[in-house]
Amino acid sequence: MAAERAHIANNEANEPSSKIVRFGTDMPLKLDSGKILTPFQIAYQTYGELNAARSNAVLICHALTGDQHVASDNPVTGKPGWWDVLIGPGKVIDTNRFFVICSNVLGGCLGSTGPATINPETGKPWGLDMPIVTIGDMVRAQVMLVDHLGIDRLFSVIGGSMGGMQVLQWASSHPERVHTALPIATGARHSSQNIAFHEVGRQAVMADPDWCGGRYIEAGKRPEKGLAVARMAAHITYLSEAALHRKFGRNLQDRDALTFGFDADFQIESYLRHQGMSFVDRFDANSYLYMTRAMDYFDLAADHGGRLADAFRNTSTRFCLVSFTSDWLFPTEESRSIVHALNAAGASVSFVEIETDRGHDAFLLDEPGLFSAIDGFLRSAARARGLEELA
Amino acid sequence: MSINSNGPRVDLQLIAGFISPRARVLDVGCGDGDLLAYLEQDKQVDGRGVEISQRGVNECVARGLSAIQGDADKDLVFYPDKGFDYVILSQTLQATRNPREVLEQLLRIGERAIVSFPNFGYWRVRLSLLLRGRMPVTRDLPYSWYDTPNIHFCTIRDFVALCEEVGVTVESAMALDREGHSIGVSMPWWFWNFFGQQAVFVLKR
Repeated sequence: MAAERAHIANNEANEPSSKIVRFGTDMPLKLDSGKILTPFQIAYQTYGELNAARSNAVLICHALTGDQHVASDNPVTGKPGWWDVLIGPGKVIDTNRFFVICSNVLGGCLGSTGPATINPETGKPWGLDMPIVTIGDMVRAQVMLVDHLGIDRLFSVIGGSMGGMQVLQWASSHPERVHTALPIATGARHSSQNIAFHEVGRQAVMADPDWCGGRYIEAGKRPEKGLAVARMAAHITYLSEAALHRKFGRNLQDRDALTFGFDADFQIESYLRHQGMSFVDRFDANSYLYMTRAMDYFDLAADHGGRLADAFRNTSTRFCLVSFTSDWLFPTEESRSIVHALNAAGASVSFVEIETDRGHDAFLLDEPGLFSAIDGFLRSAARARGLEELA
Repeated sequence: MSINSNGPRVDLQLIAGFISPRARVLDVGCGDGDLLAYLEQDKQVDGRGVEISQRGVNECVARGLSAIQGDADKDLVFYPDKGFDYVILSQTLQATRNPREVLEQLLRIGERAIVSFPNFGYWRVRLSLLLRGRMPVTRDLPYSWYDTPNIHFCTIRDFVALCEEVGVTVESAMALDREGHSIGVSMPWWFWNFFGQQAVFVLKR
């Protein structure tokens, strides 16, 4: 089962079952590193219909380990789309009203060009020869996709965590193309603590002998142990102490007493091991290195002389930020500093903090407060733009 | 100004009466957004709200208003100069930690500030203190002294003195009786200060 999933995942990296657009050597992508990526491909999904006025497009940006399968079954895991609770016919982001687009980010591993795809120059997987990509590069590739789809202005760009960083980047780089922006549980820069956690994950991957200096695909191996440890450590940061204690406490796993050994005595250990092992079947280890690096490098204020407000000068985009009380990865203060910058830039901004003990992961879950905020915000933004049919 | 007593709350109508159509409005202490919603509907304003309670903010956003969680004492500094035509502080001044600084900020951010507050010089308040010898607890000021959010009560005359002190022009002012009806415009301050249960000021710098 695990081997089969890994096999599917590897196929999806090069020949995705979703839609795909290939940008040839006539359409190179200039990366923030200064390197040129060409040719390259972007895999994506769409849901709903683009209306005649092309005014109902909503771009969803996925998080660190997400993918384009936002509202349909994932081809690798067979599970429902990662934001299935929010997006679909009759749901808050109603695909009967909106044309929803979600692409696998550049550097990802489900069909967009990334370290697991074949480097056309060598005929082998890119591995670490893949240039480092940034949040800005991901957005540049999305802009090319949106152009390809013939959409001038997006009704909304929405995303959580790393997806929220892309939302901020979109709103900053292309304000005229973004009517509304919904950055959720995110920050305008990755904090020192967040970089630290990412570094632990990367070191775990690279310490695994099966990583083979990044050439594990050719060696027929996978750094499962290293990637699983990285995922276990990261997963803790997505939860909260209160939620962990509520769910697992100090409960023992399938046993009545401590075993005085290093088995998974506690339920939390068993849960984390499961999270780690199920992750390695669906995600490419090198891609994990690239994704975490892209987040680490993100610092929107630094790109504007240290003043975040200057990233949003004269913007007409309407913003709605959402944070969660128990999120310690992107605490409310991160969102609040973006709100203050947007206030200083004279932008239209709403900011909602949702009370929950579910930590950073709350943005992916069924949170009524999140849904009512998104719903009210999008409907009023539609009315403000004279799009009554979307309200 | 015509007030429809069967329509929305009288205080909302009063404030709306001062505001020109399609103005940029910031409502500081917007609660669950009743005034903003009324202004957007009645005056087609471009409205924003700041509210200290997260519950109020979430309610505002869910009903389609642009609002953020914030504190009048701390967060007004983040707004640019003259970003709004009107900044409204409705029934909130007495709950701020530093009313003078808040007033200065309102007039920095807005071309005009509209401030409404309960008048502590109102005769019922005076009488309550005089006869009972205890801090007044009235229909409109229902809190006990130890749990009130209202830490800086003032009278109409106190407020006028503050305006003079910080060099603010009072463009118009209105005192309201217990039913929310305005008290004769030609009356002197002492009369308003005695019979006015509420006051609304339009200020300009």
